[in-house]
Amino acid sequence: MSNFRIALCGNPNTGKSTLFNALTGLKQHTGNWAGKTVEMKKGVYTYKNDQYEIVDLPGTYSLYSNSLDEEIARDFIVFGNPDITIVILDATALERNLNLALQVLEMTNRVIICINLIDEAEKLGININEKLLMRRLGVPVIKISARNKTGIPMLLDTVSRVISGVIQCTPFQIEYDEETERKIKILEPMIDRIVGHDISARWLSLRLLDGDRQLFEQIEERKARNREVLINGATFHKTKTGIK
Amino acid sequence: MELHSTKQKQALNELFQEADLLSSTQIRDQIVGQLYRKSHQLVKEGVSFTKNKFDHRTEKLDAIFTSPVFGFPIMLVMLGVVFYLTIAGANIPSSMLAELFGWVEGYLTLFFTELNAPDWLHGVLVLGLYRGTSWVISVMLPPMAIFFPTFALLENYGYLPRVAFNMDRLFKTVGAHGKQSLTMAMGFGCNAAAIMSSRIIESPRERMLAILTNNFVPCNGRWGTLIVLASLFMATGFTGGMKTIVTTSVIVGIVLFGIIITFLVSWVLSKTALKGVPTHYTLELPPYRKPKFFDTVIRSSLNKSWSVLVRAVKVAAPAGILTWILANIQAGDSSILLHIVQFLDPLGQAIGLDGFILMAFLIGLPANEIVLPILLMGYLSTGALIDVDGIEDLKKIFIDQGWTWLTALNMMLFSLLHYPCGTTLVNIYKETKSAKWTFWSFIIPTGIAFFVTFLIAQLARILNWV
Repeated sequence: MSNFRIALCGNPNTGKSTLFNALTGLKQHTGNWAGKTVEMKKGVYTYKNDQYEIVDLPGTYSLYSNSLDEEIARDFIVFGNPDITIVILDATALERNLNLALQVLEMTNRVIICINLIDEAEKLGININEKLLMRRLGVPVIKISARNKTGIPMLLDTVSRVISGVIQCTPFQIEYDEETERKIKILEPMIDRIVGHDISARWLSLRLLDGDRQLFEQIEERKARNREVLINGATFHKTKTGIK
Repeated sequence: MELHSTKQKQALNELFQEADLLSSTQIRDQIVGQLYRKSHQLVKEGVSFTKNKFDHRTEKLDAIFTSPVFGFPIMLVMLGVVFYLTIAGANIPSSMLAELFGWVEGYLTLFFTELNAPDWLHGVLVLGLYRGTSWVISVMLPPMAIFFPTFALLENYGYLPRVAFNMDRLFKTVGAHGKQSLTMAMGFGCNAAAIMSSRIIESPRERMLAILTNNFVPCNGRWGTLIVLASLFMATGFTGGMKTIVTTSVIVGIVLFGIIITFLVSWVLSKTALKGVPTHYTLELPPYRKPKFFDTVIRSSLNKSWSVLVRAVKVAAPAGILTWILANIQAGDSSILLHIVQFLDPLGQAIGLDGFILMAFLIGLPANEIVLPILLMGYLSTGALIDVDGIEDLKKIFIDQGWTWLTALNMMLFSLLHYPCGTTLVNIYKETKSAKWTFWSFIIPTGIAFFVTFLIAQLARILNWV
């Protein structure tokens, strides 16, 4: 029995909280309006003897940290060490929703894309070829209806298989114009040296080109804190053995 | 260790310098542009449409709900309907609950006499704790159990974003953010939660406006006070259905007054301390979705009502005990409570209230839910105990204490406008991280509350209305 952590992100009003409720059974009110989840809600479910902690991130349209919500969501995906990030998309507004998915694919390796409200889309005559999207995006794409609880078993199974490595993700990386790509190439090795491999250097380069210095200061802060914990932990260990 | 971190800083600075050289102002546009092109391409490849005709229901409904002509009247009617249902539906269960609790209290008293328990114990536990809590429950539970589900149904149907859409222009005019109407809507439930929900507003300036003015939306804790006072004093000449309609109109009027004050305060602040131009934002109007009726009703009435109630009771119980103790410990010729009341009385009289009411608002700082019960306990501690069997009996107590319609109106206004409750203040501090702004969020409403009630009281007295 192991513990895993799942981050759940998506645009506002895509049924994120409904999926969260369906998975965890934790009762929580979901409203039909933008920006309902302002705090992160946590819930737990078990699947095949493994325990999954699922975190419901605030609904956002992008992850460029324009607002506190976006910053909370971004920070959790990058620093919260989720074993997997589920991006939930509204099947009836796929084009707008895909923007967020593409951003998440740049940030982290293990992603599942979940197309929700598929029942509504079918009613509207929208047919989505998830196999094609899966090939293009390099990560599992699953159609669900969180309201009617269809597609959930498939989702749970995929989550466990991605985490165990049975399914390999190769998230699609957007190719930018030549100018931007050249700049990324210059910054990437520098960032690699400073930050290490934990966070995608390509994504960090993009963020830096966009002027997000605060993100780097935050990384430094987190590192410093980690070192401190490490040192304190070591001294604590020493005294303990000393007593022995 | 030190060396390490300075080296690291140096590397970081070099990186920043390099990035500054490479960065240009169009880079964000290029990134986002590329994202959109890719999304568009993916959808073109992976999505096909079998039906050509779209569902036009949402557009048709939006043409009505957000129309420049019908938008506002419909909003008013919706607000009225929600309050009407709440008031009309809450009356009978409220008095039934009060009766039930009164009946139980008789047996509790009997039980204490059986045990030969000392008087003070009976006083603290039954007259203080039990009575305080049971009043809170009987006054608050029924309106809550109706208001929350009705509101949640409107919310889940998708009507609230339309309200935000309608209100947007008004907020823009006063220099605030359109999403402030969403935080206001949250405020109807609980101001403390609404303060948290203000995170959906990106710009710190506009967020501060939303935080500072949220209190002018009466929260659930104040509904009880407003509804009881309105139905007791504002619709005296009416009976039956008409009575409920008049009460509803008074409540709607109070809510509108709160909204006007919100606009006024936002406008003044955005011209002075929080200068700036409102930012742009995208407001998504989701399709209208038929809410899952029973799910919504059960979840919101059970969960929300229950959690608010638990909070109320948690505060009401100690406050009830405190009030009883204050009223029963003698200092000099009268109880401590009366000393406080006498001290506050001149100020209270000046704004059309009295010392007891101000004392109740003071003790009620942790939660607005308990203001009315505390007030009743204060009044009852002065004279012979009256059995309160129903809501109507309350009126007798108030009249005995010299209440007029002015007292009721000003208490309603004071309740609407005064300082936020303790939980809200704590949340404001947590969200703004600023003692200064928390202080202002206390002072601005309180100042307005005193000013407005003072004005009305003086005016009514000069014109001989009371």
